[in-house]
Amino acid sequence: MNKGVAVVGASETTELGVIPNLSQQQLHADAALNALEDAGLNIKDIDGLATAGDRPTDLAYYLGITPKWVDGTAVGGCSFMLHVRHAVAAINSGHCETVLITHGESGRSGVGRGGFAAAPSSLAGQFEMPFGPMGPTSLFTLPVLRYMKDYGMTHEQLAMVAVIQREWASKNPRASQKEPITVEDVLNSKMIAYPFHLLECCLVTDGGGALILTKAEKAQDFPNKPVYILGTGESVETPMISQMQSLTSSRAFSVAGPEAMREAKISHDDVDHLMIYDAFAHLPIYGLEDLGFCERGEAPSFIEERNTAPGGRLPMNTNGGGLSYMHSGMYGMYAMQESVRQVRGVAPAQVPDVDVSLCLGVGGMFGASGCVVFSSEPSF
Amino acid sequence: MDKSKRALPKPTPETAHFWEGTKSKQLLLQSCSSCYHTYFPPRPFCPACGSKDVKIQIASGKATLDSYVINHRNHPAFEGPYSIAIVKLEEGPQMMTNIVDCPQTPEALQLDMPLTVKYEELSEDITLPLFSPVGANDE
Repeated sequence: MNKGVAVVGASETTELGVIPNLSQQQLHADAALNALEDAGLNIKDIDGLATAGDRPTDLAYYLGITPKWVDGTAVGGCSFMLHVRHAVAAINSGHCETVLITHGESGRSGVGRGGFAAAPSSLAGQFEMPFGPMGPTSLFTLPVLRYMKDYGMTHEQLAMVAVIQREWASKNPRASQKEPITVEDVLNSKMIAYPFHLLECCLVTDGGGALILTKAEKAQDFPNKPVYILGTGESVETPMISQMQSLTSSRAFSVAGPEAMREAKISHDDVDHLMIYDAFAHLPIYGLEDLGFCERGEAPSFIEERNTAPGGRLPMNTNGGGLSYMHSGMYGMYAMQESVRQVRGVAPAQVPDVDVSLCLGVGGMFGASGCVVFSSEPSF
Repeated sequence: MDKSKRALPKPTPETAHFWEGTKSKQLLLQSCSSCYHTYFPPRPFCPACGSKDVKIQIASGKATLDSYVINHRNHPAFEGPYSIAIVKLEEGPQMMTNIVDCPQTPEALQLDMPLTVKYEELSEDITLPLFSPVGANDE
């Protein structure tokens, strides 16, 4: 199936963090124009468009694109990983040649941003919202006490996820939070939704990012090092966290991750660099186990023993992650941007010799997942 | 606490029986006559096997505490930190709820503790199923 597709252009918005002077739509456009410049392409070269958060119709019109393929799959923060998977299929089957995937989100400043409230007649509106959840901080966090009881994870181990990601962020000039922190700092930070403290919850910032994909056979003709897509996976589970099949594992992770690795024909030992979407501190723990990098219950000590930290054998979330780098609401695009930078060899906290980077995204509250395996080589 | 500030559910044709049930202090699940799967939330077919041969089942109202958070952010319907929980019903399904009639603390809220349903009327049409620790309301 995968005859070969590569990322030939990638960029984030010029600024990240607090950007009150740009609307959400313009954040998409800023990232898209930067990615086009990175690829040495003109907007008229784009014949396929995918986006989430805003409609492809809005973006095609705003950017001046006449697409012959569009994808508006919107399953939350990992939508952009699913767009990559769908774009690979579209390019391979000849529906289009050059796809632009954009993300822009005025998550902090709220300039030109729509709402997310569940309709009172939806299942979540009837069977979750009446009990007082206030967005992701009191929903996404709900399963973790079950994980802690079943596997003996301590509060200190959960805090350690944030501490190690801050170590990575301290090496990244574009990270929102760069000051080193300790486990005590995390446990002394404000309680948001027990057992989660402020520093175990993602940032809320503004920004955007864009990717440009085309046929692998043309990928050497572009100004920057191409990054090949070796494999992809996707799945969805439930719009309600209370209905997860297991509170200690994501079914969507367990489908999307292994499928991407199977398609890429890689094993765990082949992965040089890992991104696991960290809206909250427990996500890397669930992700490491659902991807099969750790046995059940072993991810907290794997992280505590510095395997994913700078100098560790499986560097993870090397931009600082949603906890310390940036999180606009739909962070998946930034995770993929860091995978691309690491494979290109241009990341601020560059890991030596990254040939394979695996990027796992989440959408909603463990509701969906997309996974992409990036590589410096067209096949493995 | 101003319970009128809770988000008010709007029943659909598929869920109306559930909300009629809570009004008369019954917790209604559905079970499949083909594969005997008991499920929630409501829908007119079995999510395990797809059969439309399903019937309404009255739940015992007994559950255990599966997981929870104690939300510390201000919500107009709640006074001070409050629990948002996932409980496992005796019949198998999970549901979101609040644990009431006990301190909203990690010490009082122990995972796997036994719970029983109680009902809180929000409006003429909507009564919510909440849960309390077994024995919490005994004199």
